[in-house]
Amino acid sequence: MVTTTEKRKTYYEELIDKGYSRRDFMKFCTFFAAYIGLESSGAAQIAKALENKPRLPVVWLHFQECTCCSESFIRSSHPIVADILLDQISLDYTETLMAASGFQAEQALEDTMKKYHGEYVLCVEGTVPTGADGVYCMIGGKTAAQRLQEAAEGAKAIIAWGSCASNGCVQAAKPNPTIATPIHKLIKGKPIIRVPGCPPIGEVMAGVLVHVITFGRLPELDGSARPKAFYSKRVHDTCYRRPFYDAGLFVETFDDENARKGYCLYKVGCKGPSTYNACSVTKWNNGTSYPIQSGHGCFGCSEDNYWDNGPIYKRMATFPGFGIESNADTIGLTALGITAAGIAAHAVATNLKKAKIIDELISEGKQSEQELKKD
Amino acid sequence: MAQRVVVDPITRIEGHLRIEADIEDGKIKEAYSSGTMVRLLEEIVKGRDPRDVWAFVGRVCGVCTSVHSLASVRSVEDALDIVVPPNAEAVRNIMFCVQNLHDHVVHFYHLHALDWVDVVSALKADPKKTSEIAQSISNWPKSSPGYFSDLQKRLTKFVESGQLGIFANGYWGHPAYKLPPEINLIGVAHYLEALEWQKEIVKVHAIFGGKNPHPNFLVGGMACSIGLDDVSTINAERLAYVSDLLKQAQQFAEQVYIPDVMAVAPYYLDWGGIGGGLGSYLAYGDLPTNGYRDKSSYLFPSGAILNKNFNEVFDVDLRSDSEVQEFIKHSWYEYAGGDSAGLHPWKGETKLKYTGPKPPFENLNTEDKYSYLKTPRWRGHAMEVGPLARIFIGYARGREDYKELVDSTLKKLNVPVTALISTLGRTAARALESKLTAQWALDFYNTLINNIKNGDVRMANMEKFEPATWPARALGVGHTEAPRGALGHWIVIENQKVANYQLVVPSTWNASPRDTNGLPSAYEAALKDTPVHDPNQPLEILRTVHSFDPCLACAVHLYDEEGKHVSQVKVL
Repeated sequence: MVTTTEKRKTYYEELIDKGYSRRDFMKFCTFFAAYIGLESSGAAQIAKALENKPRLPVVWLHFQECTCCSESFIRSSHPIVADILLDQISLDYTETLMAASGFQAEQALEDTMKKYHGEYVLCVEGTVPTGADGVYCMIGGKTAAQRLQEAAEGAKAIIAWGSCASNGCVQAAKPNPTIATPIHKLIKGKPIIRVPGCPPIGEVMAGVLVHVITFGRLPELDGSARPKAFYSKRVHDTCYRRPFYDAGLFVETFDDENARKGYCLYKVGCKGPSTYNACSVTKWNNGTSYPIQSGHGCFGCSEDNYWDNGPIYKRMATFPGFGIESNADTIGLTALGITAAGIAAHAVATNLKKAKIIDELISEGKQSEQELKKD
Repeated sequence: MAQRVVVDPITRIEGHLRIEADIEDGKIKEAYSSGTMVRLLEEIVKGRDPRDVWAFVGRVCGVCTSVHSLASVRSVEDALDIVVPPNAEAVRNIMFCVQNLHDHVVHFYHLHALDWVDVVSALKADPKKTSEIAQSISNWPKSSPGYFSDLQKRLTKFVESGQLGIFANGYWGHPAYKLPPEINLIGVAHYLEALEWQKEIVKVHAIFGGKNPHPNFLVGGMACSIGLDDVSTINAERLAYVSDLLKQAQQFAEQVYIPDVMAVAPYYLDWGGIGGGLGSYLAYGDLPTNGYRDKSSYLFPSGAILNKNFNEVFDVDLRSDSEVQEFIKHSWYEYAGGDSAGLHPWKGETKLKYTGPKPPFENLNTEDKYSYLKTPRWRGHAMEVGPLARIFIGYARGREDYKELVDSTLKKLNVPVTALISTLGRTAARALESKLTAQWALDFYNTLINNIKNGDVRMANMEKFEPATWPARALGVGHTEAPRGALGHWIVIENQKVANYQLVVPSTWNASPRDTNGLPSAYEAALKDTPVHDPNQPLEILRTVHSFDPCLACAVHLYDEEGKHVSQVKVL
């Protein structure tokens, strides 16, 4: 992947030097193979790559941001991750953690850009404001835009961390007063990977970096340059509250009886059905929970322009891409057998269609019960 | 002749901060603090649903995550006269304590420690002696000679590799580093251990708020309903998990963090006489034990102390026109009433006006405007906010828990109370505070459990959640004590929408530029007279600035009374 005249240690050598055993190393590889969605042979692939590849220089720039991406990154849960990512990748510049300040910090950045020209990975956290000639974000007397161009020039690839760098996030919400701009709109001709979310899940960030380290190239991306492994499924698709949705059981208002039974949050604004992210699979903070599990709807923080996609607590009128499911009211009312004056006429057709499907499911269920009894 | 030194970027902080300092005879004569990034979130939340604002302004900062969301929901609840159920208050308080503790530990080890701990010197440590010292200051189990010897071997190989990563170009070997190699080695060990620890404690936020950073809040309470008989809500398993995490957190604070601060402090007692600064302190108070409206029930009391007079604590009124005001004489904004006016947040007006040099530049014109931070004042006074302010106000209010904690610490270090008015004092105050919050978190947990035992499972008051129930116009203010100090959000709601929104945050108080009278704010005042051994190695500047735990993304903002965007912007 990287060729330099200077001999740098491989990841494996580094880990062994640090006192980790071969077994620890293999455990780590297996863990990440699972994360990146590789088959069991993938662990061997990662192991082989890490045993033979030298350390990857990484530069991490901060612009208009809140540093939640860095914070999420240091929360990634596997123990070796902290070592790999803080020491092993040779994180040569990050304002959040580096010891040096001022011109010594600038020097570290310049050294890396020169020495590893064409080899280093550039991570970007935050947007770049282009309003007023860029004066809304200045570091070391230069604008964010100037710094980004300089650092991007010699980068092998660019990782846009979080919704800011990927799609603008909160400062780019209307009226976007500083003209906060995501990275792919400013840099052309470089491979860019977008890892949206506010912030992205720590393990997802680690997973993306490990993929780059392991295979020397970006992971497979979708049409929006997001890593497929983590952004190809809707939160709704794998949500553990999904059965309540299908059964038409909804929280009507926060902390009502239904909320205490963990029903679906669609009616109080959950955007899970239109949000592509790994929250309901990977979960947050080493699998502890995710927004829906803690009773609040997803508000789609990894989607483009999510701040302007309607109020948080307003239910979505329709779901893109859902055939039989149209509107929670109709589904809920049918399933519960309630009639209400408020049903719109146009919903009736869907209502009947859904009712038929539910009837079929019920009879299917009864049939399998019968079969079980026979056995 | 003074020499102008520029430190930009100041690293190991949140956000973008620049310090320019004039150094004469080895000391700082004048210092200037500049925030160099602005996002204008207050402009963005205008016209939106007030119930959504906590999510927007939560994104002000991902380091002190949750505090802005808390202040925001409180401002809306204040405006709409909503009282949250006791369980929601308890959960918010637990999350508050977790944030405070997490932030203080991460600040000490990952943002501040490298100002005091020389990583390279740790290579010379004797592991056996290191172990003896570690065991003499704490009963933390990871303290064997083998543990330190293994770590040292790893560290040696790391340094020998020549690729120092985040430790590159540090000020290693600077004469201001005073710790013996053994304590440096303990510092490095705990730097790494704290990195592991910090991701555990935040799981409490994930349990109640779904994730961290940026857990979810809710106007009217919290969204995490209690359902003891349900697998998918807050049940006995979730509660037991919280209890376990809080106990672990307390153990780390008491057996690692606090002993480390106490072990390092004796080597830097001279810093008990450096970086004192203003001597005026402000806290809004927080951690209600009888509801947010009963200020007398706060575990963090509110108040103001002027000019080191600890015999008098003033009450603070956030609604009063003449108490909290913001000035822009040296900020890149302009007021209709001219540059010398001071405006209360509900009545503020702001118009962005960058008049600084065109980048790339070498120096700012500090005689003119030089920061995106406005300059807040309390009754016209510059005030320091943060853990030290809270400790002093609790102490001066005569609270027994504070007195006992402070007095015993001073006795241990054999220094007078005035030694706390310093760079070292700020760092020590953070550790002392963590002792309190670690225990309070458990107390609030017990409150929550007792409520549930008594049959109260309410987590949100939804009576006024629907905008149809709101008055046509309402004013609210929500406050909290962020890890870095007093935080206030002011909201004006009109016709169910945000008409105005204003944040005055801790780092605006501390890091702001000079005021109309040319008087400095907390950073600038504290840096005055700080010794600088080598202007090319601004270690001493970092010590004092980091002692405030800067957090700059929060500190800059724009407010416009007319609801128009008034700054001049164009696309490149």
